[in-house]
Amino acid sequence: MIIKGKVHKFGNDVNTDDIIAAKYLVGTDAFELGKHCMENIAPDFLEKVNKGDIIVGGKNFGCGSSREHAPLAIKGCGVSAVLAKSFSGIFFRNAINIGLPFLELGEVNKINAADELEIDLASGIIKNLTKKENYKTEPFPKFLQEIVTEGGLINWVKKCTK
Amino acid sequence: MATTPPSQLRNSSKHMPYTIAEKILMSHCARKDIHTGEFIEARVDLALGNDITAPIAIQEFKKAGYRRVFDKKRIVLVPDHFAPAKDLKSANQCKGLADFSKEFKIKNYFEVGCMGIEHVLLPEKGLVLPGDLVIGADSHTCTYGAMGAYATGVGSTDLARSFIDGKCWFKVPASVKFIYKGKLKKWVGGKDLILFTIGQIGVDGALYKAMEFTGPAIKKLGMDDRFAMSNMAIEAGARAGLIAADVITKKYIAQFKRKAKFYQSDPDAHYEKVYQWDISKLEPQVACPHLPSNVKPVGKLKGIKVDQVVIGSCTNGRISDLRIAAKILKGKKIKAGLRLIVIPATQKIYLEAVKEGLAEIFVKAGGVFSTPTCGPCLGGHMGILAEEEVCLATTNRNFIGRMGSPKSFVYLSSPAVAAASAITGRITHPGKI
Repeated sequence: MIIKGKVHKFGNDVNTDDIIAAKYLVGTDAFELGKHCMENIAPDFLEKVNKGDIIVGGKNFGCGSSREHAPLAIKGCGVSAVLAKSFSGIFFRNAINIGLPFLELGEVNKINAADELEIDLASGIIKNLTKKENYKTEPFPKFLQEIVTEGGLINWVKKCTK
Repeated sequence: MATTPPSQLRNSSKHMPYTIAEKILMSHCARKDIHTGEFIEARVDLALGNDITAPIAIQEFKKAGYRRVFDKKRIVLVPDHFAPAKDLKSANQCKGLADFSKEFKIKNYFEVGCMGIEHVLLPEKGLVLPGDLVIGADSHTCTYGAMGAYATGVGSTDLARSFIDGKCWFKVPASVKFIYKGKLKKWVGGKDLILFTIGQIGVDGALYKAMEFTGPAIKKLGMDDRFAMSNMAIEAGARAGLIAADVITKKYIAQFKRKAKFYQSDPDAHYEKVYQWDISKLEPQVACPHLPSNVKPVGKLKGIKVDQVVIGSCTNGRISDLRIAAKILKGKKIKAGLRLIVIPATQKIYLEAVKEGLAEIFVKAGGVFSTPTCGPCLGGHMGILAEEEVCLATTNRNFIGRMGSPKSFVYLSSPAVAAASAITGRITHPGKI
């Protein structure tokens, strides 16, 4: 799967309250949640984000709460993938389980806001079309690839329990 | 993506040494050995959801067309975050839990009146015991690590999956050992130890690790202090925060019939890192806005004015927390204009606090005494902050906007510091009252 989009940059330790504040956790619809994505830390993000864009964070992206509403809100506002130096444990598994594409990339500091990226999820190769650079990430371990390929955890379990 | 570096793969030998985390995970999957970084499928003893996370799980479970749950006794549903329902949408989410529990005959559904803050309620009811493997769609599920259980926060889809077959996928975490030497000073407890630790290692200092808290200072800590420590392991990025069960744990669980398994880490078990501190001189600690790692000793904070003090939450809403706060507030008045909100974590603690006269002390001091709820901790209800307001809370997170306005400020401390500060209106060392 190839993902192409414009970069929105965030810093280290972007937490789940940043991604979606608790006051919006009275609903579960990704599109509705997406209307408030990042609102506490970047009130202009939603004006700037376009369908297919890519979020690039620093270390420990998605730290804090277990709320699956966080990756749902990111999906819901049209973002196609998240790159970060590292992800929190729960955000990591939530993103896998709901099928939000993400990759861990050590060189996120080489990427600037508004850069155009092309991500090949299968090979883990990221092309920075603006800067004409390539970055290589580790592809997902086999087990996680299986879940992603099946379209999320529940589909994977359904297949396994058939 | 992390894979197992060869250096972390141990050679097979007759007696492979393991940490508590590894032993519990291994005992819950059909494996004879286990390695850091490996992905395993394990059966869980208990799966927990609340009024925020369970609605998505229920939705996913039903959407997938399943007609029965794996075990109606091993699912726990607690409406505690926005309960008693704060508005119509919350009411519908809470009702969703009640309806699902009725439909699938879930034994452990706790309606308002029986309800308490989940991570205080479950140990109190004997639903978690040492050696258990527990998942909860709530990040502070790591609290039960204090009992020597492997307990970890997961998402709603993980919870939905566990409803189906009682299993969950895990990446085996590396363990990091924390040794606390020395004797704690007066007014210093588990909350101060964990704040200090997070201050030292950072909010990703134990990212994807199992923290193991050990040493003479831990051995002397009561269960409530231990729960406060394990509760905040997630604030350092950890998947679990374990304390080996000992005589104190055994006494705590003595009233429960189910058999517990007491695991100890092997002496030669592998730790990715070992931290050791002498905590004899440690002062009460305070985490400043806007990260739990922004920690300073209380004495370093001069003249920080406070508009609201919250004593409660899954970190510090237990009876010993209320006792220490009441001890400081007894016969005193809180600062005029300040709001003190005290929230016992469960109905049992509520009643104890009433019986012991603690509730009266809080109310006479000018505070309010609330029914159990997570409420203000996550900016839900029962104490939302306005712009520019400052709150000192015994809770676990002080992210931007966590308790209300993105322009508000949250400091985190122990109940002792919180109570003392409620009296003076400024962040204060309890010894100064």
